[in-house]
Amino acid sequence: MQHNRNDEWDAGRLAATLGWIAVGLGATIAVRKLMGSTTDAEVAPRRSNRVRIERVTTINKPVHEVYAFWREFQNFPRFMRHLESVEVMGERRSRWRAKAPAGQSVEWDAEILEDREDEWIAWRSLPGSQVENSGSVRFSPAPGARGTEVRVQLQYSPPAGRVGRGIAWLFGEEPEQQIHDDLHRFKQLMETGEIPLSDGPSLWRPAQPARDPQEIRNLAGVRAS
Amino acid sequence: MRANCWYGTGNVQVVDVPEPKILNPRDAIVKITSTAVCGSDLHLYNGFVPTMKRGDILGHEFMGEVVELGKGVNNLAVGDRVVVPFPIACGQCAQCQRDLYSLCENSNPNAWMAEKLWGYSPCGIFGYSHMLGGYAGGQAEYARVPFADVGPMKVPDHLDDEKVLFLTDIFPTGYMAADVCGIEPGDVVAVWGCGPVGQFAIKSAYLLGAEKVIAIDRFEYRLQMARDKGGAETINYEFTDVHEALKEMTGGRGPDHCIDAVGMEGHGPGLAGAYDKVKTMMMLETDRAYALRQAIMACRSGGTVSVAGVYSGFIDKFPMGVIVNRSLTLKSGQTHVHKYMRPLLERVERGEIDPSFVITHRMKLDDAPDAFEMFTQKEDDCVKVVLKP
Repeated sequence: MQHNRNDEWDAGRLAATLGWIAVGLGATIAVRKLMGSTTDAEVAPRRSNRVRIERVTTINKPVHEVYAFWREFQNFPRFMRHLESVEVMGERRSRWRAKAPAGQSVEWDAEILEDREDEWIAWRSLPGSQVENSGSVRFSPAPGARGTEVRVQLQYSPPAGRVGRGIAWLFGEEPEQQIHDDLHRFKQLMETGEIPLSDGPSLWRPAQPARDPQEIRNLAGVRAS
Repeated sequence: MRANCWYGTGNVQVVDVPEPKILNPRDAIVKITSTAVCGSDLHLYNGFVPTMKRGDILGHEFMGEVVELGKGVNNLAVGDRVVVPFPIACGQCAQCQRDLYSLCENSNPNAWMAEKLWGYSPCGIFGYSHMLGGYAGGQAEYARVPFADVGPMKVPDHLDDEKVLFLTDIFPTGYMAADVCGIEPGDVVAVWGCGPVGQFAIKSAYLLGAEKVIAIDRFEYRLQMARDKGGAETINYEFTDVHEALKEMTGGRGPDHCIDAVGMEGHGPGLAGAYDKVKTMMMLETDRAYALRQAIMACRSGGTVSVAGVYSGFIDKFPMGVIVNRSLTLKSGQTHVHKYMRPLLERVERGEIDPSFVITHRMKLDDAPDAFEMFTQKEDDCVKVVLKP
């Protein structure tokens, strides 16, 4: 692939430019906002080694439809970028497998702690899991028939060593952004039935058709629909 | 296939690239019969839009023949002749359902980039940066069209390409700029910029009942088009004090509605123009807003300022005090093309307008680099270039 960093607007240059604009305007607040201010999620691991994330989105579908889709945990790998599979092992138990770097994968078993139809699901990993994590999702009708508000809250403790690096990778360097993007995909899938695919996902390749569509899907972390 | 690709500021090249394939059930592949260079392509060409990557296929005004359909598209058939709106819209999110298609919440796969710059992401757009989806554009032999069950509109065979091509962008864009003004009988509309969008804004203002349209530019050939084809009165800002002239032409009231069809690369004479040029060069300001400031200052108290020109970042010396103290309404937005395409096609069919009047150059796709250079330098009285693959 040809590269000419002087001409190209990569993320770094965008950030640098935005920084300059903000400095020029004397607006340090804008810099903080554009660069992504320090969030709890980034601070938390240093303090307690525990990462806590909360994100919300609104989906233009009735609550029961959104809840039902979410409750089918097998659907998760369709919109969660790094998830490989979810195997439902019973009414309350499931096994989760995620891709990790270098062809590795990490696995954990989860159990549902609470499940209130069309309202709320809470879960946690079972003791002895490679990855200790827990979370919940709340579904509530948005005002004025605007669909369903979906509030996801999760926390995990990244273990040390190889698996720890795997977990860090699983949620990306910015876990909040990762969950935000996954929730956006959930919304896309629920509302449109598919996850739209860019010819140039992120800035990884130019906006040109790929010879092999699978290349695009791999870069986007999306399965064929 | 051949495609016109971006290779940096002032550098586009027509190169061989792979042909597009269906990636999703609601995709279609269109064999392009006509495509155009848009004024907003020049913002990419001149390096004003972030997140471009070398090799990006440009072009968001295109039409052609459906050659392949995903299994989820049931309202089109192979062989249909379609025009394709430049915004990509799903038709099912809350914004699409309010007819605000350019705000589609689902069509930008790279939404996070736009969110960093603008807070929330608008729709994806063909051939218009990675921040707006990283979609391959339509200055090519073929294009993949996502959500093809929502966007492409079939056009009747008896209307040739040149009469319907501009339904993809510039006709609806000029029309929406006038439509959002809420023009009433007796209203005077002033239009800054007599490029293709300005020309359509002039025509549209009359279609929507304006009493008089005043067009402002510095290129005599464009002002002449505004007079001859659009029926506008004109002001050349290089020789005339625009503010005073507008007052004079409106009985001292000022234009009821002011349309900025210039955008972020405006040229201003004198000190203010030099100020913006230096600031954008130093990256202390991203957009030059000379026309917009003047439009705000000139607008009748209680009037509407409608911004059709493209801005992408920050502007300086924005006269907020005028808006507040004189009760101006500011309207803007990328065009909700899907909303306007059919009614405007009907106007074309009824003979109320022939959009081909803006075309000054017809060229081969392979000549796209020459077309960009000519258009950006305003050479050979260029207003609009149509390319044939």
